[in-house]
Amino acid sequence: MTVKVRNLRVTFPLPQGAVEAVKGVSLDLGREKVGIVGESGSGKSLTARSILKLLPKQARMTADELTFDGIDVLKAGETAMRRIRGHRAGLIMQDPKYSLNPVMSAGGQIAEAWRAHRGGSRKEAMEAAIDLLAQVQIRDPMRVANSYPHELSGGMGQRVMIAMMLAPGPELLIADEPTSALDATVQAEIMRLIEDLVSRRGMGLVLISHDLPLVSHFCDRVLVMYAGRIVEELRASEFGKAQHPYTRGLLECLPSLTHPTDRLKGMRRDPSWLAG
Amino acid sequence: MADAHSTPAHTTVPRRDWLLSDAPASRRQAAWGKAYRMWLQFRANHLAMTGLVTVVLLIVVALAAPLLATHDPAVINLGNRLQPPSAENWLGTDDLGRDLYSRVLYGARVTLGMVVAVVLLVAPIGLVVGIVAGYAGGIIDRILMRVTDIFLAFPRLVLALAFVAALRPGVTSAVIAIALTAWPPLARLARSETLTVRRSDYISAVKLTGASPARIVVRHIAPVCIPSMIVRVSLDISGIILTAAGLGFLGMGAQPPMPEWGTMIATTSGFILDQWWVPTIPGVAILVASLAFNLLGDGLRDVLDPKQE
Amino acid sequence: MVGRMIEAENLTVRFGNLEAVKSVSFQVEEGTCFGLVGESGSGKSTLLRALAGLNPDWSGRLRIAGDNLAPHRSKAFFRRVQMVFQDPYGSLHPRQTIDRILSEPLIVHKFGDIDARIRRGLDEVSLPASVRFRYPHQLSGGQRQRVAIARALIAEPEVLLLDEPTSALDVSVQAEILNLLGDLRVARGLTYLMVGHNLAVVTHLCQRIAVMQQGVIVETLSANDLRSGNVTHPHTAGLRQLSLELTEAC
Repeated sequence: MTVKVRNLRVTFPLPQGAVEAVKGVSLDLGREKVGIVGESGSGKSLTARSILKLLPKQARMTADELTFDGIDVLKAGETAMRRIRGHRAGLIMQDPKYSLNPVMSAGGQIAEAWRAHRGGSRKEAMEAAIDLLAQVQIRDPMRVANSYPHELSGGMGQRVMIAMMLAPGPELLIADEPTSALDATVQAEIMRLIEDLVSRRGMGLVLISHDLPLVSHFCDRVLVMYAGRIVEELRASEFGKAQHPYTRGLLECLPSLTHPTDRLKGMRRDPSWLAG
Repeated sequence: MADAHSTPAHTTVPRRDWLLSDAPASRRQAAWGKAYRMWLQFRANHLAMTGLVTVVLLIVVALAAPLLATHDPAVINLGNRLQPPSAENWLGTDDLGRDLYSRVLYGARVTLGMVVAVVLLVAPIGLVVGIVAGYAGGIIDRILMRVTDIFLAFPRLVLALAFVAALRPGVTSAVIAIALTAWPPLARLARSETLTVRRSDYISAVKLTGASPARIVVRHIAPVCIPSMIVRVSLDISGIILTAAGLGFLGMGAQPPMPEWGTMIATTSGFILDQWWVPTIPGVAILVASLAFNLLGDGLRDVLDPKQE
Repeated sequence: MVGRMIEAENLTVRFGNLEAVKSVSFQVEEGTCFGLVGESGSGKSTLLRALAGLNPDWSGRLRIAGDNLAPHRSKAFFRRVQMVFQDPYGSLHPRQTIDRILSEPLIVHKFGDIDARIRRGLDEVSLPASVRFRYPHQLSGGQRQRVAIARALIAEPEVLLLDEPTSALDVSVQAEILNLLGDLRVARGLTYLMVGHNLAVVTHLCQRIAVMQQGVIVETLSANDLRSGNVTHPHTAGLRQLSLELTEAC
């Protein structure tokens, strides 16, 4: 499985004129863990969602090339995209509260995702669902399978969401701020779980986050986005050697537990960064 | 910038810039700018504009009925009854030889008058009951909402009929009867809006200023509820028009010879097969009026209701 | 003269039948910043809201500058104690201009020179005068949080309650807001009570920190002890270890 993106642009037509949110992004993904880091409005989410053609209705997307394992996403119709989405690539979003169906039990939702892609009887699907819940390290999968989303904590909900995305056995997992609504402890557990599942199943992972330390901790390669462009690409182990002033700014403005300072460094934004 | 503002405002371009400014310089400019943006959004919706224009026309017609009418709506001419439209009687005449065109014009006065009276009665009651119940909670909420439920339990026309039958049939009784059945949904709406707003951080922040509950309700909660009330009321008006006409038709509303649309249909319904236009014309008036308010309400919802944004 | 600004003694806060905060005691010295850290559900935000007067269902003793607090607060209390909320998108009235939002506390507390105070208030949080008549939706998240801070400070309180004031913001904006809060505390001699889950953020601003778990304060220690790892309770050690792993990764 490879994803190839060349010169991707996403624009929003507004009454005041079109606004370009992604300005010519190129990237390649394989079965690896890639992080996309940036502030809100940097276009990181739109870039990742373009791969699945899951953009807001009014967005216009163009690219010189955009392929998912050789399939031309730009030309693919809804049917072709549905075969990719969920089936070959899963998307985990920030808040499980809004992504889970509130009137269906957790197990039922996972079972449904499983059946939609693999067929089989209701009973088989439910057994698979419970097995998946066990795989996402839920201690009492039977009980959780019978619970409804509002009965689950944030971390538990996110585990259910992950189990649901794993059901069809995807090759790529896109995680869009999967833990930013969660506590540090739960955040770490969920990230370790995702990391573990990705390496055990040999999936590709795209982790989108504003949290640079988190991304560098769990990914092999990190793309730093600023105002719709990738300004720097780094191996996660090489953050000390970051070249771009924006990347360095992102690191320096973080308060540190071990190296206290009286004042945090502010980000001085250079207009030349916008030129790309 | 400052120069553009001090130039006389009769040229349209600076005024537009002033209204659409990103950084208004006064409270007045901010308020007008917001209103102008809403108007631009409303204006882009053709159906809503159709509704607005029709409603304005209806109001003009009602106010100017004596000027626009060609005949006295009450003058009976039995020698000239059930005439088809002609140069003399533009929409024909009814069973007593009265000019239909003039009667429809005057009918707009009766119908819109009833609408205004009902809205003036209902909107403040619904708003106050709903907000007080939602904000106070507890026992006050329970009492107010049970009372609302009792009124909600009756079908609108049935309650209105029973009420009018107990009183004397007529426009006043009809207005009171319709008002009795129209306020509970508004109170429910205001309450549910208040419940969501009450728990928001921005109301907590207002509480932390030390403002009194009355100030919080009047200055901070009511302004959030009022737009959706306006939308709901304008959508309800078509229902009020239909109920008023229905009561008239059943002889429980406006009494003949008053030119009320529903009453006009009732008294001439027997002629639907031979002189179809006689009952049809007031029917068309009812349809146009209720549809216009409905379109207007839909358009207002798009502009005013924050949940739709 | 430095005294105790905030005192809580055996404070218990209920949510219906649930005791969200169980017999908690702590003191905050005047002019310092005290941090409450813990996971969600540990009761830290509930404690803060009870102190702010937003949850009257508490028992025990609460004192501000030596005055005992009743469940329902007086207007004088709200001149003294103000709060900044976590979500700058939800804490500003969506239908009011910044001007209206800032003038509200001034009107309630009957200040005279409203116009000048609003101008000074915006200036103090480094917002341009041009935002004054805008609506909240026309501002960025960082600008909104500055407005929220300006609103909290405009009636000149002595105590500021901070409920995760930067957790909804981008890191560069977080740095600006933390610097601003630090400067304001020194300039005005304010006392802060800050709730947070990010240890690095809380220790950056606070001198003393209480760690909460399931409604109980398990340990109170100085920021320096927390930094150097001089902790006694395993929960504190666990949170610290996690923070080192996840936020100091690079």
